[in-house]
Amino acid sequence: MTTLTLTTPRRADWLPKYGVYLAIAALIVYNAAFTPYFLTVSNLRIQLIQVAPIIIVALGMALVIGTEGIDLSVGAVMALVAALIPLYLGYGVIAAVIVSLLAGVAVGLINGALVAKVGLQPIVATLALFVGGRGLAVVISDGQLKDIRNADLIYLGSGDLLGIPVLVWTAALAILVVAFTVRRTVFGRRLLAIGGNRPAAELAGLPVQRVLITVYVLCAVLAAIAGLLSVGRIQSSDASSIGLLIELSAITAVVVGGTPLTGGRVRVLGTVAGAVLMQLVIATMIKNNLPPSTTEMVQAAIILVAVYAARERKTR
Amino acid sequence: MTVLAVAQRRAGHAFQRQGALAVLAVVVLIALAAFPNFRSPDNAATILVAAAPPMLIALGMTFVIITGGIDLSVGSLYVLGGVLASWASQYGFVAAIAVPLAVCGAIGLLNGALIAYTGMAPFIVTLAALLGARGLMRAVSDEGSTTYIVQNDAFHTLGTGSLLGIGNQVWLVAIIVLLGMVVLSRTRFGNAVYAVGGSEDAAALMGVAVRRTRIGVYVLSGLLAGLAGTINAAKLGSGVTVLGAGMELDAIAAVVIGGTLLTGGAGTIAGTVAGVLLLGVIQNLINQVGDLNSNWQQVISGAFLALVVVAQTYLVRLRRT
Amino acid sequence: MTLLEVAGVSKVFPGVRALDDVSFALRPGEVHALVGENGAGKSTLIKVLTGVYRPDAGELRYQGEPVSFATPMDAQRAGISTIYQEVNLIPLMSVAQNLFLGREPRTTLGLVDRARMDREARDILAGYGVTTDVRARLGSLPLGAQQMVALACAVMIDAKVVVMDEPTSSLEPREVETLFGVIQDLHERGIGIIYVSHRMDELYRICDTVTILRDGKLVHTGRLADLERVRLVALMLGREVSDVRREGFTVFSGDHAAADDTPVLRVSGLSSRNRLHDISFGVRPGEVVGLGGLLGAGRSETIKAIAGAYPVDRGEIEVDGAPLRHPTTVKAVAAGIAVQPEDRKAEGIIPGLSIRENIALSILPRMSTFGLVSDAKIDEVVDRFMKRLRIKAAGPHQRVGDLSGGNQQKVLLARLLATGPKVLLLDEPTRGIDVGAKAEVQALIDELAAEGLGVVLVSSDAEELVEGSGRVVVLRDGAVVGVLTGDDVTTESLLATIAEAGA
Repeated sequence: MTTLTLTTPRRADWLPKYGVYLAIAALIVYNAAFTPYFLTVSNLRIQLIQVAPIIIVALGMALVIGTEGIDLSVGAVMALVAALIPLYLGYGVIAAVIVSLLAGVAVGLINGALVAKVGLQPIVATLALFVGGRGLAVVISDGQLKDIRNADLIYLGSGDLLGIPVLVWTAALAILVVAFTVRRTVFGRRLLAIGGNRPAAELAGLPVQRVLITVYVLCAVLAAIAGLLSVGRIQSSDASSIGLLIELSAITAVVVGGTPLTGGRVRVLGTVAGAVLMQLVIATMIKNNLPPSTTEMVQAAIILVAVYAARERKTR
Repeated sequence: MTVLAVAQRRAGHAFQRQGALAVLAVVVLIALAAFPNFRSPDNAATILVAAAPPMLIALGMTFVIITGGIDLSVGSLYVLGGVLASWASQYGFVAAIAVPLAVCGAIGLLNGALIAYTGMAPFIVTLAALLGARGLMRAVSDEGSTTYIVQNDAFHTLGTGSLLGIGNQVWLVAIIVLLGMVVLSRTRFGNAVYAVGGSEDAAALMGVAVRRTRIGVYVLSGLLAGLAGTINAAKLGSGVTVLGAGMELDAIAAVVIGGTLLTGGAGTIAGTVAGVLLLGVIQNLINQVGDLNSNWQQVISGAFLALVVVAQTYLVRLRRT
Repeated sequence: MTLLEVAGVSKVFPGVRALDDVSFALRPGEVHALVGENGAGKSTLIKVLTGVYRPDAGELRYQGEPVSFATPMDAQRAGISTIYQEVNLIPLMSVAQNLFLGREPRTTLGLVDRARMDREARDILAGYGVTTDVRARLGSLPLGAQQMVALACAVMIDAKVVVMDEPTSSLEPREVETLFGVIQDLHERGIGIIYVSHRMDELYRICDTVTILRDGKLVHTGRLADLERVRLVALMLGREVSDVRREGFTVFSGDHAAADDTPVLRVSGLSSRNRLHDISFGVRPGEVVGLGGLLGAGRSETIKAIAGAYPVDRGEIEVDGAPLRHPTTVKAVAAGIAVQPEDRKAEGIIPGLSIRENIALSILPRMSTFGLVSDAKIDEVVDRFMKRLRIKAAGPHQRVGDLSGGNQQKVLLARLLATGPKVLLLDEPTRGIDVGAKAEVQALIDELAAEGLGVVLVSSDAEELVEGSGRVVVLRDGAVVGVLTGDDVTTESLLATIAEAGA
C-alpha cells in the first residue's frame, strides 16, 4: 500500500466549538436592548443561582461523556441526598455533608462497577438507578417534604460570601477543579485516552477499569453536592421533585457546549457555557412572556441541533 | 462441550424466556395464599385495568428495544395522547381516537427518521422528543391550566364499559397485544426487527430495509403510547396533565424483566406481558399492605432491572464460550 | 465467455492505494483461488466485485455486460453471493429465519408460513449435510454448521457467482469434506466460485485457477496446477525464489545478540483455547526474533497473549528472569513489555489526541508528581522522540489522526520506547506506510536491538522478516512448526518451511 497524502484537512467545526459562545453573546445583546431589568444585579444573581446546580451536575456528566459513557442516575442521586440529609442533619451540617458525599460515592461505585467490571453499556448500567434510585429516596423520606431549619445548611444553599452566593462560589470551584483535572492530571489524560480509543488505551497499559470507576464516582459525587446545595437553597427536602429531569439538562449543557457523545474530548468551559446558554434561553423566553410550552419545544430543538452538529463523523 | 456447559446454557435460555413468567407465578401464588383481598375477582379486574395502558407502552417499547434502540419519549406521548383525545372528543368518537394517534405517530416518525438517517443516539433523540412532546402537551392545554373533559359518550364507554364482565379496554389491549405477537413473530417486518437488532450489518447484507424497519418501530411505539393515553382518558373522562409520569421507565423495566435484551436482537411479547403483569401485581400488593410506601414499586423495578441485566450479560457471555 | 471480470480496476482510500490496476476474470464453473497476505487487496477486490465499493478506475463486467452495483443487495439480486469470513448471519435468530430472511414464504393471509419455512429449510440444509433443528437459534450451532447455513443462504438465491472468504477456517475435517462436495456440485452446475484461503492443500485440491495479489497489485494469474507451491508462497510474500540477491532490499544490518546472554523474554508452553498450542521461544537482549507463517497462523495472537491482551490457558512468560503471572496489559507494560498492535488505527493510536498526548500516554505517572502532569517533563521526552524518530508534523500539538500512516506509526513507536521497555513486540510495523518511513522504521528496529532490547517481529513481508531477524520461529495453525537459525535464515528456507508445513 502506498501513502498518498500527508495530512487530511479537518472539517470546519466552528459550530460545535464556538456556536455556544456566539449564541450567548447574541442573547445578552438582545436582552440588554429589549428586555427591561435584564442587566440588573438582582436578575443576574437569580440566573446564576438557578444555573449553578445544573453546572455542577453537568461537569460530572461531561467527564462521563468524555469516556464515551452516559450517566442517567444523577437526578436519582440528588433525590437520595435530599432524603438522607434530614436523617443526619441532627448531628450537624458536617454529618449531612459527609453522608451526602458517601451516598454519591456509593452510587458511583455501583455504576462504575457495572460499566467497567460487568461490561454493561453505560446507558443500561445507569438505567437501574434511574428507575429505582428516586423511588428508594422517596421510600427513605417516607414521601414527606421536610423543612430544613439548620442555619449552616441554609447558608450553604442560600447564603452569601463576599456578596456572592455560596452556591455560585461552589460551582466556580467545581469548574476550576474539573478543568484542572482534565487538563493537568494523569487521571484526566487517561480519561480522554480511554474515551478516544479504549482498546488502544488498554494495550498502552492504562488502568482502564480504575479510571472508569473513578469517573462515575466523581460524577455521582458532583450530583450529590448539587443535591445538598439545592436542599439548602429550597430550604426543604422533597425527594420526589428535586433534580427531576436534571440528567436531561446536564446532558444538554454538555452537548450544547460542544463535547461529542462519542468520547475522547471534554470541553469544560463549553459545558459551563452550554448550561448558561440554556438558562439564558429560558430566562429570555420567560421575560418575553413566552409560555413554558414554547420554552420546552425550543429546548428540544436546541438539543437536536447541538447533537447533530457535534456528531463525530468517521474520519476515514 | 461439557454436559455442565450444555445444562448451563439450557438454564440460561429458560431463564431468559420464562423467567418473568415463573416469578409472576410464584408471586401470584404467594399473594393468593397470604392476602385474602387479592383473591377477589374485583381485584383481578383492578390489576388488569391498571395494567392496560402500561401494557400498550411496553408493547411498543419491546419492538424498539429488540432493534437495539430505546424510546424515552413514551411517557410524554402518553400524557399528550390523553390530553389530545379529551380535547378532540368534542368532535366525535373517531376524532377522539384519530387525533392523538396521528400526532403521537408523527412524533414517533420524527424520532425514527432522525435516528435512522442521522445516526444520532436513540436515547438523546427520544429524550429531546420527551421534552418536545411535553411542551406540545402544555401548549394544547393552555400551559396545563385547562383540563379537557371527555364529551363523547361512546368514547367514554370505551374506557368505562365492560363486556362479559371484563373491561372494554382490557379487551382492546388484549387484542392489540395478540396482534403485536402476530406482527413480531409471523410477519416479515417482525423478522426484520429481530434482524436489525441482532446484527445490523448482516441484516443489511441480506436485504433487510434497515432504515425503514427502524422508523417503523418508533412509529409503532409512538402510536401505542398515544393510544395508551387515549384509553386512559376514556377511562378517567378527562385528559390529565400530570407531568413526569415516568411511564417510560416502567415500560423499559417491564420489557427487560420480560427477558428482552437491552442490546437488541432477542425478546418476546409474552415475556413483556409477564413483566408488565408482574410489576402490576407487585404494585397491587404494595397497595394492599396499606402502610407500605407505594414508591417501593420503583425500588423493586430498579432492583429487578439491575438483576436481570447483569444476569443476561453473564448468560450471553457464557453462551459465547 | 467470462462470467464476471474486472479490467484495470483501481481503488484509492485516503492515504492508501488499495487496488492498483488489477484485472481479474472468472469463468462459469471455475473455482478460482484468490490469494495474498493481509493488505494485499483481496478484500478490497472482493468488495468491488460484490458492490460494497465502487472502483475509482476500471470496469466491472458481468456476463459480458458492463455493470455497476450500487449496493451489495444489487449484486446479490444479480446473482453474486458472498460468504464472509466471520459468519455474517444473525446468531439470535433461528436457522430457518436466517435462511429465509427477507424472502420468507407467506400464507394467503400474508403471514410468514412457518411450517413451510421450517420444512424447506430442513430439506435445503440436508443437502449440505446439516441435520439440525432448524428452529434452534443459529448461534447455538457449531461454527461449521453455521458456515453451511451461510453457504446455503448464498446459493439459495439463484447465484451464478459465489465468493467464499476463508470458508474452512472454522470447519472440522468432516465439514470441510462436505463443503468440498458442495463446491464440486456448484462447479458442475456451472456456478463460478471465488475461493479465498491460505491453506495450500485445499487450494491445490479444489481450485482450477489462481490470482495472486500483493500490495494492491496483480502479481500472477493462471492455472494453479502449473504453479509450484513454493513459488506460490514466494509470489504471495514478495520474493522471487530463483532470484535471491546478496545485498537484499531492506536496511537491516544483522545480528546484535551475544550468544551467552540470558533471554530477556522467555515464553514456554503458551496455549490459548484452540488458537495457540504450546508455543515456546526465547529472545536474548539485542536479538530480533521473527515470527513467520501465513495469515491466521497465530502470530498476532502470540504477541497479544504475551502483552496480556489475549486469554492464556497455560504456559509461562518470563521477562528478564521474572515470571509474569496472569498477565494483564497493565502488568505487561510494568514488566517492560511494549506492544505495537497490528491494527494501528483500531488499537494503537488515539486519533483525537495530539502527538504529545499519544507519546506520553503510557508514562504519565513518571511525568507527574502527586498526579499532576509536568508539561516540562513531557515536552522534553516528546521533543527527544520526535527528533529521534524524525516525526514529521506541524508540531507536537497536531492531532495524530491527521498524520500520515508512517508518522502515526512513529508516534506509536515513540510511545512504546518512552516506557523504556526491555522487550518490543512489533506486529507488522511497516504495513501501510510509505517507502521512506518504512526504511526509517526498519533502521530504528535495528538500532534498538543494537542498544540491547529484545525484539519480536511479525511481518508478512518475507524480505523484511528474514533480513530483520536473527532467528525466525515459524508458526502454523497456532503451533511452532520450525525454527530458522544462523545461515538458515533465508527466504528460501522460510518459504520452504511454510510450504512444507502444508500451510
